[in-house]
Amino acid sequence: MKFLLQRIAFYLFTAWAALTINFFIPRLIPGDPVTSLINKYQGQISTEAIQSLYVLFGLDKNASMWSQYVDYWGQVFRGDLGLSFTFFPTPVIDILQQSLPWTIALVGLTTLASFAIGTGLGVLAGWRRGSWLDGLLPVTTFLSSIPYFWLGLLAITLLAGPDSIFPSSGGYEPGLVPGWTPEFMGSAIQHSLLPAITILISSVSGWILSMRNMMVTVASEDYITVAHAKGLPEKRVMMSYAARNALLPNVSGFALSLGFIVGGTLLVEIVFSYPGIGYNLFQAVGSKDYPLMQGVFLVITLSVLVANLIADVAYLMLDPRTRKEG
Amino acid sequence: MSAPTSTVTAVSPEGPAVEAQPAKRRRLRFVANGKAATGLITLGFFCLIAIIGPWIAPYDPSARSSDLIQPPSSEHWFGTTHLGQDIFSQMLVGTRGVMFVGLLAGLVATALSILIGVSSGFLGGAADEGLSALSNVFLVIPALPLIIIVASTIPGAGDLMVALVIGFTSWAWGARVLRAQTLSLRRRDYVEAARATGESTWRIITAEIMPNLTAIIASSFVGTVIFAIMSEITLAFIGISTISEWNWGTILFWAQSQQALAQGAWWWFVPAGLAIAILGTALSLINFGIDEFVSPRLRSSGHTRLKTKDGHSVRMRVGFTPVLGTKAVPPTPVVRKKVDAA
Repeated sequence: MKFLLQRIAFYLFTAWAALTINFFIPRLIPGDPVTSLINKYQGQISTEAIQSLYVLFGLDKNASMWSQYVDYWGQVFRGDLGLSFTFFPTPVIDILQQSLPWTIALVGLTTLASFAIGTGLGVLAGWRRGSWLDGLLPVTTFLSSIPYFWLGLLAITLLAGPDSIFPSSGGYEPGLVPGWTPEFMGSAIQHSLLPAITILISSVSGWILSMRNMMVTVASEDYITVAHAKGLPEKRVMMSYAARNALLPNVSGFALSLGFIVGGTLLVEIVFSYPGIGYNLFQAVGSKDYPLMQGVFLVITLSVLVANLIADVAYLMLDPRTRKEG
Repeated sequence: MSAPTSTVTAVSPEGPAVEAQPAKRRRLRFVANGKAATGLITLGFFCLIAIIGPWIAPYDPSARSSDLIQPPSSEHWFGTTHLGQDIFSQMLVGTRGVMFVGLLAGLVATALSILIGVSSGFLGGAADEGLSALSNVFLVIPALPLIIIVASTIPGAGDLMVALVIGFTSWAWGARVLRAQTLSLRRRDYVEAARATGESTWRIITAEIMPNLTAIIASSFVGTVIFAIMSEITLAFIGISTISEWNWGTILFWAQSQQALAQGAWWWFVPAGLAIAILGTALSLINFGIDEFVSPRLRSSGHTRLKTKDGHSVRMRVGFTPVLGTKAVPPTPVVRKKVDAA
């Protein structure tokens, strides 16, 4: 329990740090992005919205840095992340609410699947060291060195087309209304297949490699020799003795590398015009939509923190030592 | 005086020539590793292109011509763009930007990670708590979105700026690994001995601890370079860094924005992607080489299969006692007594 509380405290601290970074970044922007926007939408923008944007961008010259900071926190807690410039005058929070489920479904599920498949293959490769599975390692290294987005481009060229079952862009058939209907779900799954395969191919090799190396290290431990000497079946030694212990560092590695993976997968959304957070970021960058960019950054960071917390709980369940100490 | 020389030859009859051999071998051991050698040669090739690329490029990468979207030919090896620009020249010229940003960001990040990781591991106490919390925060925050936002905030970010932004945001992993290793080193006997003889903290860190971290520092440098190159190309691809400077990401940016896919212009984006993948693989191979150099257990190749005298093959594995196949086991002479007969 103590371990978990420590982790929660750390994640709260990280969330604070991320929000603070988010507070300072727009203050680096030279010039006045809000004024140009207000001039562009003369008369359409309400005084409240202007005030909210001023707080967000630190252009409130009358207020001190500290009171700006306090105002900013107040806004964040109310869920007011300003208005998007691209989708003017939709609030950023509404856009994010629409796109977050798409990203969680695509990136979340494929990341988990890739971790499971990679770890499984890594267990085999590490256990049967020197077998043909080792020959796969250079191939997977090459695949993981390909940028996600480029693999996506290649997949679209080779597999998607007018008469292919893989659509090349979007999250669902344009005519359908999002809902829990079978047609919509089927279309959504069909649209997510190609991006999911892309992410899977390029992210799986990292897990294979780290799990293989952990298995090789664990295989020379004394308790493995003891398990062999006891005459336990090979499968049992591999799974319950070696793999279980080798898995621990891989789970904590999973938590730590989530930030990297999520960054890469966002690009897959861009290539496939998938209606998720990553595509929002792309649109925001293209039109210098700072409030949307910041909103995307906040949402991604907070999601990664939550995912980390879940990984910590999983670690706690796998490793009895951390439970005992608490 | 003749007596000592005779004893030396008696002890090692092969003479001093053989004695010198092990030292020579050890120096080349890293390069002798096939993976590391392949990686180093490929990296060297890209470095060479980065230096001479702009001089050997057959065309000006930005110059327009009337050959619009031509497939590869003898005139344009990698084909042309929608403006008739030569893609082969763009690739050659763009290599410099890629290598420059990758190496500079790697250097900045590695310097920061040494500074933060080693001092946090060596000092311990409150300084350690603070510094490792800082590096954990940077590890957990998704780096790429942060880099995208910071880079797009800075107007007209050139190669130097992009390299600095990447360097300052991606040091955390190295710092974490270095801290862990320093923690385990600083209580070793030889460090204690150095401390007891009154060596200064600075000298202990630079002369006693740092040499033992070389492999980790090298591998974290290579890892950061991979990440930096990927991030830089991503930034160019989504159009954040200035598109006036050529790099592989810029080529992909134009290919994507001009619908190269829909036009079937595969030559527009295939060379850049392959170059990225090959460079990334080369760097990963160097890293595998370092890993295997440090921990020989991880080596995959080599003769793990042995033939016994009677023709059975056995696979040697670390931690496993080789067992001959069931067919190979000769029948053990056991006298079985029947229980009821006794």
